[in-house]
Amino acid sequence: MTHPGTGAVPLVRLRDVTKTYPAAKGRNEVNAVVDVDLDIAAGDVQAIVGYSGAGKSTLVRLLNGLEPATSGSIQVGGTELVGLRERQLRPIRLGIGMIFQQFNLLESRTVWGNLAYPLQIAGVDKAEQQRRISELLHFVGLPDKAHTYPRNLSGGQKQRVGIARALTTNPSLLLADEATSALDPETTHEVLRLLKRVNEEFGTTIVAITHEMEVVRELADHVAVMESGRIVESGPVYDVFSAPRQPVTRRFVGTVVDDEPSTDALAALRSRHPGRFVKVELREGGPRQTDIFAVLLERGIAFELVFGGIEEIQGATFGNLTLSLDGPATSVDEAVRELAALVPAKEL
Amino acid sequence: MLTALPTDTRLGELWPDIWQATGETLLMVALTMLIGGTLGLILGLGLYLTRKGGLYENVIVSFVLNVLVNFFRPIPFIIFIAAVQPAARLIVGTGIGTPAVVFSLVLAAMFGIARIVEQNLVSVPPGVIEAARAMGATRARIAATVVVPEAMAPVILGYTFAFVAVVDMSAVAGLIAGGGLGSFAQTFGYRQYDPAVTWVCVLILVALVQVIQLLGNTLSARILRR
Repeated sequence: MTHPGTGAVPLVRLRDVTKTYPAAKGRNEVNAVVDVDLDIAAGDVQAIVGYSGAGKSTLVRLLNGLEPATSGSIQVGGTELVGLRERQLRPIRLGIGMIFQQFNLLESRTVWGNLAYPLQIAGVDKAEQQRRISELLHFVGLPDKAHTYPRNLSGGQKQRVGIARALTTNPSLLLADEATSALDPETTHEVLRLLKRVNEEFGTTIVAITHEMEVVRELADHVAVMESGRIVESGPVYDVFSAPRQPVTRRFVGTVVDDEPSTDALAALRSRHPGRFVKVELREGGPRQTDIFAVLLERGIAFELVFGGIEEIQGATFGNLTLSLDGPATSVDEAVRELAALVPAKEL
Repeated sequence: MLTALPTDTRLGELWPDIWQATGETLLMVALTMLIGGTLGLILGLGLYLTRKGGLYENVIVSFVLNVLVNFFRPIPFIIFIAAVQPAARLIVGTGIGTPAVVFSLVLAAMFGIARIVEQNLVSVPPGVIEAARAMGATRARIAATVVVPEAMAPVILGYTFAFVAVVDMSAVAGLIAGGGLGSFAQTFGYRQYDPAVTWVCVLILVALVQVIQLLGNTLSARILRR
């Protein structure tokens, strides 16, 4: 689907954003976020990945001013946040929803009461509150849980309430802080599907913090990888998944996509397959598998796939295939040269 | 105990006075919990909100409140009641009798309850407060609509604990000619060598504490169950 506003002025615009926690007793100065530049288009789903302590949680809290930036510029919907006081940030926060790993629902209020809370802050009248809450409970599939207290809900249901609560004030931006990290894989999938619907049906821009690449793959349009407070790599999910450049990105992508066999795996494969190993990379729009195999068949080389596979990301496919080639040495040499001319290929 | 019961007890003729003393105890304790409980809640909120990382973090106010609470809280009530007698004369107009006792009880309860309230408010998960901030709530609104309601169940148990402690403290009232079951038991039981009177007063106090504890537990459990 095409998102309205894509390519126009970004909804979120970060320039040279730095967040430093001053040194305190028993603690050195911490540079949580360093020189971050990032544009997020309206209607986009931007994932931010990184290991714990990479600064992604701090970064997302800069976007609604829960944490003040030390320097730089943060614009959300054209409004500069850096330098604003708490009082000035409050009305802006009404237009930014947020969901959390631990859901953070009010245990003393029912589901209905939780959804009413942001509407009460926004000063919405009772009738409108009623209409909005009922609409959202249906949207997240929990119309029968209106009068249930959070402690009687499952994790997945709690997060759906969290999402509904974050949407009550019709925010243009939704911040998701490890929204699925406390959930099992099946529930994670449900919540991600719901977030995808939020993005597609309401056009809500989503910034999702995660350490799970499955989340990126299933939900995001763009991904930024953070390490030691910096964004070290970013781009469309397909580009980053199919051609990761930084070591940290490769480690993340490697959790969901087979790139090439590790040293141990390679040794094990060699003991079972006598042929020479060649890894070829296939990309959307480039040569196809049939083109690769034609080169090998022409020279009478026997081959088998020993590692890797074809991945689909956002409707586009790519593959990293490790083949074992059997045949006369000269023919294999020629074939490898010809493959390398066709696609990125290397002998392992 | 039963074998030691004397036969020459005045218990029979003292019943009306015992009921009156019970009423006095109930009145003292109720007034104390109402006034001291409210002041303690305010002071406890002050302690909680101004502490490090709190919604109204303020090193100076926090320090002053802590010194104040730490100064008054360890004083044994039997000494406290005498120490604040001049203040009682100033504020309630008399240094003796039930009003002066209630004054001392209110002060002592306030400082104790403040700590209990603070300790229970600390148990509210910071994430819930952060969520409310992310929704654009003001600090005052968060304190009133998130912090206090979320901590309500343990706070009620804390108040129940304080209630029982106040019943205990109120027994010292006789020192400055206050009424109640404690004074009554000392005057007509202990000093008159009439253990039957003492034990009736004790049993009434025990029954009173049981009822309060039961009420507190039920109320807290009802809130927790949701």
